[in-house]
Amino acid sequence: MTARSGESSLEYLQRKLCSVYPDLCPLFSIEFADGVLMVPRSVLHKAAEDLKEIGFERFGFVTAVDHGDDFELVYRLQSGTFGVGLFLKTEVPRCEAVMESLTDLWPAAGWQEREVYDMFGIEFRDHPDLRRILLPEDWVGYPLRKDYKDDSVIPRPDYI
Amino acid sequence: MPVEVESKRPVIDELGREVDELVVNIGPSHPSTHGVCRIIAHLDGEIVVKAEPVIGYLHRGIEKMAENRTYLQVVPLTDRLDYVGSMYANWAYCRAVERLADIRVPERAEYIRVIVCELQRIASHMMGVGASGADTGAATVFIYAFEVRERIVELFEELCGARLTYNYVRPGGVSADLPDGWIERCREVVRWAPDRLLELDRLFFGNYIAAERMKGIGVLSQSDAIAWGASGPTARASGVTFDIRKNDPYSVYPRIDFRVPVGENGDCFDRGRVKVLEAIESCRIVDQALEQIQPGPVAAEGLPRLLRPRAGDAYDHIESARGSLGVYLVSDGSPRPFRMHVRSPAFCNLQLLGLLARGHTVSDLVVILGSLDPVFGEVDR
Repeated sequence: MTARSGESSLEYLQRKLCSVYPDLCPLFSIEFADGVLMVPRSVLHKAAEDLKEIGFERFGFVTAVDHGDDFELVYRLQSGTFGVGLFLKTEVPRCEAVMESLTDLWPAAGWQEREVYDMFGIEFRDHPDLRRILLPEDWVGYPLRKDYKDDSVIPRPDYI
Repeated sequence: MPVEVESKRPVIDELGREVDELVVNIGPSHPSTHGVCRIIAHLDGEIVVKAEPVIGYLHRGIEKMAENRTYLQVVPLTDRLDYVGSMYANWAYCRAVERLADIRVPERAEYIRVIVCELQRIASHMMGVGASGADTGAATVFIYAFEVRERIVELFEELCGARLTYNYVRPGGVSADLPDGWIERCREVVRWAPDRLLELDRLFFGNYIAAERMKGIGVLSQSDAIAWGASGPTARASGVTFDIRKNDPYSVYPRIDFRVPVGENGDCFDRGRVKVLEAIESCRIVDQALEQIQPGPVAAEGLPRLLRPRAGDAYDHIESARGSLGVYLVSDGSPRPFRMHVRSPAFCNLQLLGLLARGHTVSDLVVILGSLDPVFGEVDR
């Protein structure tokens, strides 16, 4: 299958994804000129495996966003075949912040998952070495959570 | 050549006792670590069995600080990420903001950004190659490299008053137009530099002792480079042809003719040499951009003082001197970013240290670290 004339890389990706993995098709959307695949937590590892299979050979980054009751996990995968990047997103409940590690697919995920663990306290199951990475081992709390409090934080005056 | 090592092999000391490998702490503040990086090296004799970088000594929580500042106030923070290549972090952040707030950048500003970022690539690579030279005992290389770097830093000083943290690229354009006569002075530098760079290439990489010191050390295979998320010169030295300027073209790069140098062996020698060849290409890019640049505005008009982008997220990446540098921004419609994440190439490349150093001697460990060219401001953020 090759791109048709006049078809953007993202449209081509959508067509290819829908023909190879029909179950992922309804989860895919194009938002602000970026491909987004929003999947339930249970199928994220499988979806990442499928994406790697069709040509997303590079792991861009993984990070999280604190939305209160849920953390949104954002993975960015990069493809040379399609010439585009793709967001792979899922929601993780705050009370049970656990996710499967992608280190078996991309060793590149190793340090980045440690960083997410360090900053958000999201645990990655089957990670070979899940420890804090940027902060000291004995640090209390997860700084990038919105409810993080610390004596050393100086409140900034709201002068806007 | 690396030596085959077995991890945790029992070592017998002179009293016949079974002892573990020797664990040596290097750093965190050591001249050969190029910043504040600590390495826990497990040694069997002089051979590294396991090298584990311990990072975070320069962590300032820039991602958290950004959540408490307006979009414009974050730009000076991005300067402090990769302080050897501030222009890149400025640009990557501004591209993400422009994507989020749907800002169109005038053409002259795009050309200026390409010019300063390619100059920055030369300056940054000269720092990297010079430091590699110093690591291998060739102090002369450092002086030669810094001659070129100094000329570029002087150009930047004239442009924005700073030599290191520029705060020059702003959402919507750049902070000021080029001063009078700057184009001529810049052209003079980029026409003078290639000869100096070729001389540096002959002096360092053409030197038998330096070549023997670096060839076959810390070999990174092409498949490992992709799987471990290496990017920039580190990946290209292993034969990966990925360069965002070519593979996901942005700004005015499609109008410029340039090559992307690629290495073959993925060793320290190739990682260093690719940087010099890239710097020579950057001179060509700047020269062409200086020919093509037209008068016009350098900042988008009608931008509000306080940016309130749409609620949503945006990611954009550029090819920095160290690799794919990306900024991911989440907005909730307020004047402050809800979340900023920096995809740092130095962080991802440093992850390779343990893999590459295994089986080499301690003195090679230093050379390998230098060839990965980490900047700890960007690693630790």
